[in-house]
Amino acid sequence: MKEILEILSENARATPAEIAALMGRPEEDVAREIKELEDSGVIRKYVTLIDWEKLEEPYVFAVLELKVALQRKTGYDAVAERIARFSEVESVRLISGDHDLSVTVRGKSMKDVAYFVAEKIAPLEGVQSTCTHFILKSYKEHGVILMDRPKPKRLVVTP
Amino acid sequence: MKMQLKNIPAWSSESHLSRIVKDMPPSGIRKFFDLVSEMEGAISLGVGEPDFVTPWHVREACIYSLESGSTSYTSNKGMPELRECISEHTRKDMGLEYNPGDEVLITTGVSEAVDLAFRATLNPGDEVVVPEPCYVAYVPDIILAGGVPVSVPTRLSEEFKVRSEDIAAAITDKTKAIMLSYPNNPTGAVMTRADLEEIADVVVENDLLVVSDEVYGKLSYIDSGRHASFAQLDGMQGRTLILNGLSKSHAMTGWRIGYALGDPAIIGAMTKVHQYTMLCAPVMAQFAALEALQRGEDEMLHMRHEYDLRRRMFVSGLNRIGLECFEPRGAFYAFPSVESTGLSSEEFAGRLLKDQKVAVVPGNVFGPSGEGFLRCSYATSREELIEALDRMEKFLASL
Repeated sequence: MKEILEILSENARATPAEIAALMGRPEEDVAREIKELEDSGVIRKYVTLIDWEKLEEPYVFAVLELKVALQRKTGYDAVAERIARFSEVESVRLISGDHDLSVTVRGKSMKDVAYFVAEKIAPLEGVQSTCTHFILKSYKEHGVILMDRPKPKRLVVTP
Repeated sequence: MKMQLKNIPAWSSESHLSRIVKDMPPSGIRKFFDLVSEMEGAISLGVGEPDFVTPWHVREACIYSLESGSTSYTSNKGMPELRECISEHTRKDMGLEYNPGDEVLITTGVSEAVDLAFRATLNPGDEVVVPEPCYVAYVPDIILAGGVPVSVPTRLSEEFKVRSEDIAAAITDKTKAIMLSYPNNPTGAVMTRADLEEIADVVVENDLLVVSDEVYGKLSYIDSGRHASFAQLDGMQGRTLILNGLSKSHAMTGWRIGYALGDPAIIGAMTKVHQYTMLCAPVMAQFAALEALQRGEDEMLHMRHEYDLRRRMFVSGLNRIGLECFEPRGAFYAFPSVESTGLSSEEFAGRLLKDQKVAVVPGNVFGPSGEGFLRCSYATSREELIEALDRMEKFLASL
């Protein structure tokens, strides 16, 4: 199980046949386990890592740090869920430290994101303060370094 | 006034070369290297080194050592911290105690350690039993040290493990040592503790020194068939000289850090040669090695796991396309047989390169008993391995 997930987390396009060859197991077994992982929600979605900076009109990403007033019974969950429902929001995480929630937001422009925060997030009940950090450049995402460097050369034949 | 010399004889560099070196055949790999390096778009399965770059924390530690100005010689034997670390590692990993003071020597790659081992132990004419196929340097190193290599074949039918009958048949009154190199380059064979116990009697009866190149020791993939060292057998640590390094396990080939573990007299003799020829291993590489051993375990295991995945995929792929391949249990080589094609190793490798631009190393380069096989390194990306299998399948169909 874990081995299959490790392979898929590296390459979501790996087929059951390829995974089976890597693991030395029958393809049907691997396909069945993947199905189980999908059905049980361990595998949530297959995504593509895109370097938006390479496009003409890059998206704007921002990290918001929110202070949230704890609510009786629901704790942070109710506010977090409200925030998560916005399609502009890419991730919502409860964090330790000075702030409570860390939210990543995607918009078409800085203005777009700023208005979204001012109109939708800041006024939410329970949100005490917001601090918006625009992402200026991304160096590494999902374990992949995004700076293009030539691959060091190996000799073609060695003992 | 200019001095006038009459009848200046022509300079002949040939006549100034050592006969031993002149008589030494060039490495068969070299010939192949020249062919491949001129070719565009070739996929090379001919590389005997990891495709991973040395983990960043190791490179970073080396950079830091340079920034802090550690650029001087170290002790001939290597930095004491590194020797202690290796000693500690060996105790944990293999259950063997080596005193970092006089039983550990840091060398410039395992290659130097092999050379030192023979130079420190052989008298002119002493014979060394060398199971083949094996890494290309042992035989020339023995000759350079004045010794005589005596090849012993290993066979596919015996999973390329050396057998006591074959060793016994090669013994003369001049036999001094036996070279063991498991996990093996080029076959991927591993000798387990039980396998080694089978040859222990013949080794002891003939009072042989065991020179054991274990540079692929960490790259052993099957729990039930794990690599063991001859030094781990009861009472055998004294007569075993372990040669090891970080090149393969920690993706550090270019750093040139190896080490020898053994009896103080032998390590002392090796240190003598080392101090007059190498002085010490490069200091920055020693710092890197220290970092790799202290904090590199996770990355080493990650790389080993990746090799294991590729091993399974590639070996089953070779068998599927019709190149019968014994299951390699260690190192990162597959050693398929080309017997079914009727071609010799060199013909097959040469034509495969010309027709489909896939470079593999003909097995006969590693000794006569490697004839009929190819060494294919799977220390290359999965995509390239899949592409190489496709091309090899096309090549086979064209025969």
